Order: sequence, then structure tokens, then C-alpha cells
Amino acid sequence: MTHTFVAYVEDIPGVLTRVASLFRRLNINISSLTVGRSERVGLSRLTLVCEASSEAGDRIRASLYKLENIVDVDDIAQAPNVTRELALIKVAATPRNRAQIFDLVEVFRARIVDLTSESLMIEMTGVESKIEGLIEILREDEGRILEVCRSGKMTMRRGHHTSSVLKAMGKGPDEKPLPEEANDTTVDIEPA
Amino acid sequence: MGNKPNTQSAESHLTTPTRLTGAEIVWATLVGEGVSTVFGYPGGAILPVYDALRKFPIHHVLVRHEQGAAHMADGFARASGKVGVCMATSGPGATNLVTGIATAMLDSIPVVCITGNVSSKLLGSDAFQEVDITGITLPITKHNFLISKTEDIAHAIRYAFQIAQSGRPGPVLVDITKDAQQGTAIFDFEAAKPRPYRPHPMLKVEDAGLTKAAELIRNAKKPVILSGHGVMESQAMEQVRTLAERAQIPVALTLLGLGGFPASHPLNLGMMGMHGESWVNNAIQDADLLIACGMRFDDRVTGSLSTYATKAKKIHIEIDPAEINKNVKVDVALVGDLRAVLEDLLPRISGRDGSAWIKTIEASKGDVSVHDIKNIPDSGHLYAAHVMHDLWRITNGEAIVSTDVGQHQMWEAQYFHHEKPRSLVTSGGLGTMGFALPSAIGAKMACPEKEVWAIAGDGGFQMTAAELSTIVQEKLKINIAIINNGYLGMVRQWQEFFYDSNYEATPLVSPDFVKLADAHGISGRAVRTRAELAEAVKEARTCDGPFLLNFMVEKEDSVYPMIPAGSALHEMIRRPGKNPIVESPDDK
Repeated sequence: MTHTFVAYVEDIPGVLTRVASLFRRLNINISSLTVGRSERVGLSRLTLVCEASSEAGDRIRASLYKLENIVDVDDIAQAPNVTRELALIKVAATPRNRAQIFDLVEVFRARIVDLTSESLMIEMTGVESKIEGLIEILREDEGRILEVCRSGKMTMRRGHHTSSVLKAMGKGPDEKPLPEEANDTTVDIEPA
Repeated sequence: MGNKPNTQSAESHLTTPTRLTGAEIVWATLVGEGVSTVFGYPGGAILPVYDALRKFPIHHVLVRHEQGAAHMADGFARASGKVGVCMATSGPGATNLVTGIATAMLDSIPVVCITGNVSSKLLGSDAFQEVDITGITLPITKHNFLISKTEDIAHAIRYAFQIAQSGRPGPVLVDITKDAQQGTAIFDFEAAKPRPYRPHPMLKVEDAGLTKAAELIRNAKKPVILSGHGVMESQAMEQVRTLAERAQIPVALTLLGLGGFPASHPLNLGMMGMHGESWVNNAIQDADLLIACGMRFDDRVTGSLSTYATKAKKIHIEIDPAEINKNVKVDVALVGDLRAVLEDLLPRISGRDGSAWIKTIEASKGDVSVHDIKNIPDSGHLYAAHVMHDLWRITNGEAIVSTDVGQHQMWEAQYFHHEKPRSLVTSGGLGTMGFALPSAIGAKMACPEKEVWAIAGDGGFQMTAAELSTIVQEKLKINIAIINNGYLGMVRQWQEFFYDSNYEATPLVSPDFVKLADAHGISGRAVRTRAELAEAVKEARTCDGPFLLNFMVEKEDSVYPMIPAGSALHEMIRRPGKNPIVESPDDK
């Protein structure tokens, strides 16, 4: 099954190696990894996606916690969440066939962010399937796609902040998490 | 030992912030952490630190190979319960530590390793003796640090001590660049304190779990306690004993758990697993409840997982959440410090009658004693099992015994009965040959008043035999027993059982170990028959200095019983005798 781990890690050299090394040792492929600054000074937030057995999830989470530079770990693939990916796609396009791509971009709610006489760049945010849908259609014309750059998945639980560890450290916000049912009924306000 | 002029100033550093060099900060911090002994080997990138040693009240033991330094720190930690410290230079000095660090990691031993590295501007440049030791040791340390600023040294070392000892212990490496050692900074011991220890967030001992565990114990007809190394690490000997006695539950031990529950205790079954006696493993296979205390269901303990204790409910009390359901799926997991968990559990445990089950186990001992090597008549041949048995008797079982890995290690575990915790120093998880001699040095440095025996095979002994010089230089009274069968015995045994007795690369030519000892200024003698055994051991014990005994034992003896790797716990190979070789409870 797919596991999505969200972790707060110290923003210092070598931390990514420690995280990656844990998966390497278990011979598990990391299919997607995004890292960036979080809302907390000195802490980065990463989203890591991998395939592993359902029993492995707890052990991986426990092992991640054993890394000294990891402050908080959450496995949220099964929880109500919002997951997004950003893609930049450069396609070959001349003034003659641009219009067709403009239509596509419109349908997919993407944006053109760069335009030259031979090519243009599309920026698109959304769930994985939506990005893959656009790429697939662009691929129908051989040689059209010049470059694809995808950010990998970013994930956040729906509802209020629920990180128990940050709270235990006295750094978390005070709000109580919404009850599970409330989480379940929250709707995705941006259609995928 | 060098001169130690005015060490008073070294201690005043701990109370008054002072400007010191990085090298001085290393020692001052170690003093502050209570370190009195460091095992190490100097070299270019750690020289500033060595240069500053004379100002501090720390005894440095010069080893002959850095692997020895790591094993000594490890043996020191195992025998004392304190953190062991070793030191090496960059490059080959650091890589030579690796086997020792991995040994400590696999057995959860608190060791702090300090290595020098090239100056920070040369990092990553393939400079002379530069190696990425933090990269190399990343998977075999609990944590490691690369320090390139003088002002970060004290905090890193203090933090390393905290990590090494807390939770499930383990080794930590601090790599310090040469320029950081040479620079100066204000040393403020108090301010360098690490943030408070943060327990693993997945520790979980709930009331419901304790109640369920107590209920399982109350209703069990055939319970067995599995007692591991964690019993020592969390100092839960009393609590385990109380649980066993109050609820009348027999106790089986892991190799690293030996000594955690007295061998002479009527409820002690002995060691479980691959070379455990048949009644121990059969009791586990028949049990309806296993109470695992500070152990991790290693494959050497479980045999094939699909057939392991299938009738038993399992309670797992363990401090490392990553161990829960790793190998064996458990019914109740109490994830926390063993001692604290047992203290919460014990008030819920009342006396119960375990006599029927204990009698059943006792009865199963009778029919296996015919295979007991102790009962083999003296044929003029010397058996390793006799050596272990007699050593145990003659030393009253009170010595600290440090063993290598292989047949002699298993015979020691079977026939030397450990009464007290920290009396057996052995590499269980990694199975490191060459461990016995250096770890015995560490144990002796930690417990100078104790009798210490290093027991090694003729193969393993030669891996680290250079440390004989260290024993002499340090004037240590250590007795060495070499169980010499002319083979890499355990490998030969596997070849005999599983590879058609094709003894490829296992016959072993060795030097005359007594002469080798003599060349080091160590007395010794060879022992060829059981008749001379007691006298020889007595001579070793009464000799003022170190003593080496070369026991010329039966060449092709094997350790019995044995569960072939991957077989069920009850499918054991037995010592050839009256009964069929493979015997399981169903055969009876």
C-alpha cells in the first residue's frame, strides 16, 4: 500500500541523508519527496511517499522517530487530507499550433508562464492524476513535450492542526483537533 | 600513564566558563561527563587532542588496532553500565572503528566514539587520511556529528552522551575537524547541556494494556517469561524476578539476557534459541503465553517464524517501538521502559499456582540429560564443554567472562552459569570474532577488582591477538582461555551438518599460543586432558600477571542441540546418542 509520511525535521546538513538512508536500508523506493521550510523556525517539513506493506507503516514511522533530527512524523495516506503536486511542462509550440494548447490549458485549469516562438511553459497544480492527464494528452503529439519538472506530492491533513508532538514540546497551537466526523465531511473545495 | 600535573584547573573549567582550545574542550567535557578512561590510538588529525591530554585527569589506554579500542569501550560499558569512550584519528583510524561500532549498535551498547578529521576546508577533497566517517557510520550509530567549529564541540559531546545512554542505548560518533580542535572558544559546561531528553513519542503503556496483560497472566496455564538484554539496561532484575516468583512463571533467557535472572534460580530454564537446551525451546513451543521482557525476537531465538510458539499469546514489553510486531506479532504491546512498566504491572499480578506446568518442564529435562556432554566419561579427550563447566565451578561463577563468537561462545552460554548481571560480555547481534580479548580489557578497566576471563577460539583470538601487548602495557590481570580445536569450529560444524562435511577453508594453522604469550611476557600453558584442567586454571588464577591457557580440545566436536537456521524451534539436531538425531515433541 501507499504510505505518505509527513515529517518535521531539523533544517541542518545531513538530515535528508538520514531519512533517505532508512528507506535505502529497507530496500524501499521513495516515489516522491518534497522538502521545504515549515511554519516553525529551524524546522523543515517533508512529505515522503513510498510503497510498503501495511504493517511496515508503523515500523517505518517508529524508525523515523528514532532519528535524532526528526521532531514529528505522521503517516497520513489513510487520513482525510489535501494532496497537491506542482508541475512545470515545457512543450514545443509554434504560433500556428499554440491555440490548441491554450485550450488544453484552459480545460485543465493550468497556466502559461513562459512563451517563446518555439516553445511555451505550462504551470499546473493539482492532484497527481490531473497532472498525469495533461501530460498524457500532450504526449499524443510525439516530440511535443520538451521537459517535465514535477515537485512531488505535498500533503496536509484536513481540519485543525493535530501534531501531538509539537504540542507536547509546548510549541503547538492550542486548538483542539476537529472530531473525526468533521474531518470526513470536509469537502475538497478545489475540484481535482 | 603520563604525569598529571595540576588537574585541579581541569575541574575548575567545569564551574567557571574559560577560553580553551577545542582539544582542551574535548577532554574537559569528557571529565564533566564523568569519564576516567579512554581507549584510543593517536594520529595526525587527532594530535591536537592528544597534545592536550596531559592537562586532564583521564587515563588513556593505547590500543594496538582501533577495532580493539571500540571493543574495549564496548566491554567497559557492558561490564559497568556506564558509557564507554574510544578515540581514533581520521581515515584508516576511523574506519578501523567500524566493526566495533556496529557490534555496539547491534547489542544496544552505549559507546561514544571521538574521531579527528582533516581541517574543515579540506573536507570532501580526498585529503590525506580523509574519509567521510559520519557517512560511513550513519547506519551503525544511533546518531553522529560532524563538528567543524570549536564552539560546537562541548555541546556535541554532551549530546552524544545523552543519546548513547537514553532510551534504547547505542553508539554515537563525534567527528571533529582538526581546525576545530586547534581553535579556541569559551568553554561553558553548563551552557553546553543538551535539550532535555525527549522520549520516543510512540512509547505507550495504557491502563487497558496492563489490565489485559495481567488477565493473560492470570489465565495462562503454560506461561514462559522471555528475559533479554533490556532487563539489564533498564535495571529491572528485581521486577522480573518478582513477576516470575509471584506468578510462578519459568524464565528463559536470550544470550545477552544471561545473568539478568540468576542461573541457580529454580525458575530459570536457561538460554533459549538456536543452541538452547531442548526443554527450554520445547517449553516455548508448548507455551500458551510468552511474556517478552526487553528482547527483540531475534531469528537466532525464534527459528522459523511461521512455526514459532503458535499456541501462545504474546505480551511484549519493550522500549523501542520499532521492535513491536517486527518479527513476531504480539497480542499486548507495552512500549516503555521495562522497569517502569513492570512496576505498573506488578500490583495487578497476584500469586498463582504454576506447579503443574513447571513439573511438565522438569520432567522433559530427564530424557535429555543422557545427551549432556558433562556426562560423557573421561575418554582422555578434552571437551570444550568440560572446560566451561570446570571454569564455572572453579571461579564460583563469579568471574566476568568475555567471549568471542562461535562454538566456544555457545558452550560458555550453556555451561558457565551466570548468576549476576553484567558478568557475561559477548557479541550477540553482530557476532564479531575478535571481540573477546579487547572487550575483556575494557571490562577489566571498568571493574579492576573483578576476576576477568577472555575466552576465545583459536580463529577469533588471532583476529585481535595484538591486544596482548595492551594487556601488558596496562599491567592488567586478565586470564585468557583459548579453546583450540584447529578449526573455525562453528563454520566447520555447519559444513558438517549442511555441506556434506566439506571442510573448505576451516582447518586452521595457529602459532603456539603459549610461546606467543611468552613473547609478550605473559605466562601460559597448554592443557590437553581434563585431568590437568583444574590445576592449570588454579595456576592461571594465582599468577600475579595475565595468564594464557591453551585448551587443546576435541577437534570435531559440535554444539548440541542445534536448530538449523530457518527450522522450527522444536526441530533440533541432538548430540548423537541413544535417541534419534532429530527429535521433536511429537516423536515421543
